[in-house]
Amino acid sequence: MADRAHIEAALRERRRHAIVTGSLAGALLLVGLIVSAIISEADPATILAGAPRVGIYLAKLVPDLRAGVLFAGTQTEGSLAYWMYRFDLWVWLLFETSQMAALATLIGSGLALLFCFPAAANLAPNRWVYRICRRSLEMLRSVPDIVYALILVWTFGVGPLAGILAIALHTTGSLGKLFAEAAENADMRQWDAVVATGANWPEAVRFAIVPQILPNILSYVLFRFESNVRGATVIGFVGAGGIGQELYTVISFNYYQEIGAIVVLIVAAVSLIDLLSERLRRSAIGIVT
Amino acid sequence: MIDAGLRARHPEVFAPSPRKRLLRWAMAALGLAWLIAVCVWFDITPARFGRGLSGLFVILRQMVPPNPGAQWLDILHGLAESVAMAFLGTFVAALIALPLGFLGARNVVVNALAHFSVRRLFDGFRGVDQLIWALAFVRAVGLGPLAGVLAIAVADIAMFAKLFAEAIENADPREAEAIKACGGSRLMVIRFGLLPQVMPVLLAQVLYTFESNTRSAAILGVVGAGGIGLQIAERIRVRYWDEVAFIIILIVITVATIDHLSARLRRRLIDKSRS
Repeated sequence: MADRAHIEAALRERRRHAIVTGSLAGALLLVGLIVSAIISEADPATILAGAPRVGIYLAKLVPDLRAGVLFAGTQTEGSLAYWMYRFDLWVWLLFETSQMAALATLIGSGLALLFCFPAAANLAPNRWVYRICRRSLEMLRSVPDIVYALILVWTFGVGPLAGILAIALHTTGSLGKLFAEAAENADMRQWDAVVATGANWPEAVRFAIVPQILPNILSYVLFRFESNVRGATVIGFVGAGGIGQELYTVISFNYYQEIGAIVVLIVAAVSLIDLLSERLRRSAIGIVT
Repeated sequence: MIDAGLRARHPEVFAPSPRKRLLRWAMAALGLAWLIAVCVWFDITPARFGRGLSGLFVILRQMVPPNPGAQWLDILHGLAESVAMAFLGTFVAALIALPLGFLGARNVVVNALAHFSVRRLFDGFRGVDQLIWALAFVRAVGLGPLAGVLAIAVADIAMFAKLFAEAIENADPREAEAIKACGGSRLMVIRFGLLPQVMPVLLAQVLYTFESNTRSAAILGVVGAGGIGLQIAERIRVRYWDEVAFIIILIVITVATIDHLSARLRRRLIDKSRS
């Protein structure tokens, strides 16, 4: 009997504890929400006034397609060709965007590969090298690529080069951290074995660590490429090349049909690249290793 | 000494097969050709690169020492705005995505066609970057942080819905079956059989997204959607590089602090769900 009373008391205590912490968390959340609503000027009146405008805006983006003349030429209003009247230019710009992302990913992963081994706790020659490399990678990672682009457009001029370098800098930071963590998880017995044969530091890294983490690195790089394609579609907003520049123009001038067309093309291109990269992720690992 | 017979019997151990070696050479040549083509296309020349780098060093020199400038109050307000935008946007997105996540989960909505179309819709929405939404919402509701909140919310609904759907699909079906066996309705199965299991996972995902949203909220202002991005874009336009450096350092510190807090909270949530 005593046991049962004991258990029930414990249960009550637990329930009370859950209620107290739950309501405390709820109150905290509510306060946070109210404060952020005030700071971000999201009072109900503005939202209610803005909601229909959002709806109207989105409705305007829907293309004016008519079933009867769907496949007519560029001159017929309501046809697909009329809607996508600059299809060739947009596809070319999207191709440019993807190539920007590819080059940026290549530069970024090359730099990351250079700095990730000194930034791995188990491989760094000493603590100071480790700390400096790790912190620099973190610094590179926490600045958004658009901010880099804003600055680089000043020095490298308007165009893809600024965008490529901006994305590459951010990629170096984020991939460097991932690579370093992969290297930290590598099996150190192979390192010991290679060092025992008289290998110096770069040789040991090359023959003991790289073969172990190469599949990981490849999949990280391809994954990063996908997200860089997304990033490259908007880096043009600040003048750094790609489809973003065109999109910024049509949004600024309120060319609704064009906005819809470009966004549809971006979504299609991003999904296509995601799909291809997923395939590649599986096959590339087989060829290289 | 390795005997020649061994080498002849197992050539693949000593060197990659000729076919593999050829493939590697072809890939390397193709890669190099692509690199040269892209460099020519984007007009990436050493001279241009050098000019840009020297310009960058001038800017970097002007960034030291970082300086809050006269309008430091605006900077702090912008930072608060960014964090608030991220918080509100993430919350709204999570709230709307919760029912959608259940709709997208295979073990809740059994109809394959409905499941497939809901999932593809999520994927399509995910392809549109937050900045595009922000630019569109600035046109719709005007300049200011509200456009940023809406952009974050709309861009994240689809991502949350996908993550939630996957978490729900990974839930242990036996608990749901137990509720069904007791005579629970469909809604009760979700509330008592699925929700308690997946809630910690979902909360952890929401926190993680909040972290990444503070990062993106810092740049939404570049297109006029409020927050610290507006401050940084303005100062870059007038070349106050020391103030730009100050803002960047402030962003880095804020993001690191929020990452740290949220990582601790997430760890506690995951521990709780395991115990």
